[in-house]
Amino acid sequence: MIFLKKDDIIPPITSNILSLMSTDTKAQNYKKNALEIKSTSISSSVLAIYSTDLKQVDILLQEKISLAPEFFKNSALLIDLQDCPKQKPALDLSALIEILYAKKLIPIGISGGNAEQNKIALSFKIPVHTIRGSTLKNSSNKKDQLDIVLPIEEDKKTEVESSSTALVENMLIAQPIRSGQRIYAKGDLTILSHVGAGAEIMAEGSIHIYGALRGRALAGVQGNMESRIFCTSLEAELISIAGTYKISEEIDKEDNNKPVQIYLQKKSLIIEKL
Amino acid sequence: MARIIVVTSGKGGVGKTTTSAAIAMGLAKKGHKTAVIDFDVGLRNLDLIMGCERRVVYDFVNVINGESTLKQALIKDKRCDKLFILPASQTRDKDALTQEGVGKVLDDLAKDFKYIVCDSPAGIERGANLAMYFADDAIVVTNPEVASVRDSDRMLGILASKSRRSTNDEEPIKEYLLLTRYSPKRVKIGEMLSVEDVQDILSLHLLGVIPESKAVLNASNSGAPVILDEESNAGQAYADVVSRYLGEDTPHRFINEEKKGLFSRLFGGK
Repeated sequence: MIFLKKDDIIPPITSNILSLMSTDTKAQNYKKNALEIKSTSISSSVLAIYSTDLKQVDILLQEKISLAPEFFKNSALLIDLQDCPKQKPALDLSALIEILYAKKLIPIGISGGNAEQNKIALSFKIPVHTIRGSTLKNSSNKKDQLDIVLPIEEDKKTEVESSSTALVENMLIAQPIRSGQRIYAKGDLTILSHVGAGAEIMAEGSIHIYGALRGRALAGVQGNMESRIFCTSLEAELISIAGTYKISEEIDKEDNNKPVQIYLQKKSLIIEKL
Repeated sequence: MARIIVVTSGKGGVGKTTTSAAIAMGLAKKGHKTAVIDFDVGLRNLDLIMGCERRVVYDFVNVINGESTLKQALIKDKRCDKLFILPASQTRDKDALTQEGVGKVLDDLAKDFKYIVCDSPAGIERGANLAMYFADDAIVVTNPEVASVRDSDRMLGILASKSRRSTNDEEPIKEYLLLTRYSPKRVKIGEMLSVEDVQDILSLHLLGVIPESKAVLNASNSGAPVILDEESNAGQAYADVVSRYLGEDTPHRFINEEKKGLFSRLFGGK
C-alpha cells in the first residue's frame, strides 16, 4: 500500500545547464552580498501512497514508524501521489496530512496529485513538486520504474542509513531515448539502446550507452569529475563531464562512430577508443 | 473492442493523409468496418483524397460541440460500404478539439467499428497530441531524409510519454514504421537514406516501404485512395502494409532496385 524510499525533494535545476557553466558577469557588478539564492538538492524520504483507504494507510504507516521511531520523529517527507488510484473519490489529502502531523512527520512537498489535491497542499503551505514526473516517469515504462524503485524500497527496510546511496539511485532504461526527451539520473545512467539526435541525457554519475550516442550526454552534472561517459558508437551532438564540454564540431573525426569512453584529465576531456 | 490507429509523423508532407486513406480503405476492403477521422481541423484534406468533399455536411467539430450526431457527420464511402469518413472542419482551428470531446466521439465509434484510423495533422501541437492520445497503434510515416527521421523520432518520444496508455500505465502504444516516397535508385547513388539507415536511427518495426510513385499524386487528384490502383507499385505496397498490419506474413517489396526493375518489366512499370 505504501512504502518509503529515498529521493530528492528538490529537483536539480537542469534546464540551461550550459548557460550555468559560464559565470554570470552581471552579478559581479553588484556588491550586495547579504544573501544569495542558490540551487541545491537534498535527500529526504518519499511517502508513496497506493491506496485511497486512509485507515489502511494509517495502520501500515504506524507499522513502518515503529520499526525506527527515532528516525521518523520530526522527519521530513515528500508525499508522492503519482501511483495513487485516480478515480473518485480521490484521496482525502487534508486527512492524510493530519495523520502525518499526528505521527510527528513533517510533509514538505507533494507530487503527482491532481489539481484539487495540489490546492489542498498549498492551503497547508506545502509546496507542489513535479520531480517524479520529470525523472522516473521518463523511462515511460512501468517495468522500468519498478526496476528503479524496488531495490530502494528494500534498502530502506533493512537499514535506515544506507552506506552506498550511489548504487541506490542508478537508473536503467531499455528503450531508445527519442529526440526531445530528457533524462536525469541521480546516480549512474545506463541506456540499453541508442540516444537519438536531439535527446538530452544527464547523470550525476557516469553514463553508459549500449548503442549509438547521437544526442547530448552530460555526466557528473553536479560536479563529479570522476564520472565518465561510455558508448558503443560516438555520434554525439555534445558531451560533457562536470561542466567541461565538447560540441560535435570539436570532436575528432577519428573518434566518430567508434566505441569510446570519455573522461576528464587535467580539466580537459579525453576521448579514448575502447 | 475497436482498435484505434493513429497515422502520424511530426513533419508535414510525408504522406500521412495518403496513408490514412489507403490503410482505412484497405482494412475496409478486407471486410473490417472502419472509420477514418481527419484531425487536421482548419486544413482538412482527407475528404479530398477520399473523394467525398462534396458530400460534407457536418464535421468532427460539429459532433464534438453537439451540433450534429455522429451518424449525421459520418460519410459512407461510395466504393466500399464498410468504410466511413469523419471529415474535419475547415472553418475552425485546432483549439476546437477537446480531449473530452475527442474521447467521447472515439468511444461512440468504438461501439460500432472494428478499426478507427486517426489522420494526425503535422506538428506536435494540440491536433497531433489529441490524434495520438487515445491510440492503440501508431503508424509513424517517415520519408527517407534526415529532417523527417528526426521529427519521427521526436514523435515516438511523445507517443511513449503523452498517450492515454502511458498516463494509465497500460501496455504502451504499438509503434510501426512506414517509409514512404522511397526510391531505391536514389538510395543506391547515396542521395537518400536507406531502409537500414532509417531503421538504425529509429529502431522500429518496419510495417512497409511505399515506393515513390506517380500513382500517389494521380490518386490524390482523382479522390481515390491509391490502394485502389492495384496496378501501381504504391497501391500494391499499401495492400501489403494492410496485410502485414493484420498479422499476415507478407515479404517486403520495392526495397531494392533489382526487384523493381523486374516488376517494371513484368507489369509495364508505373
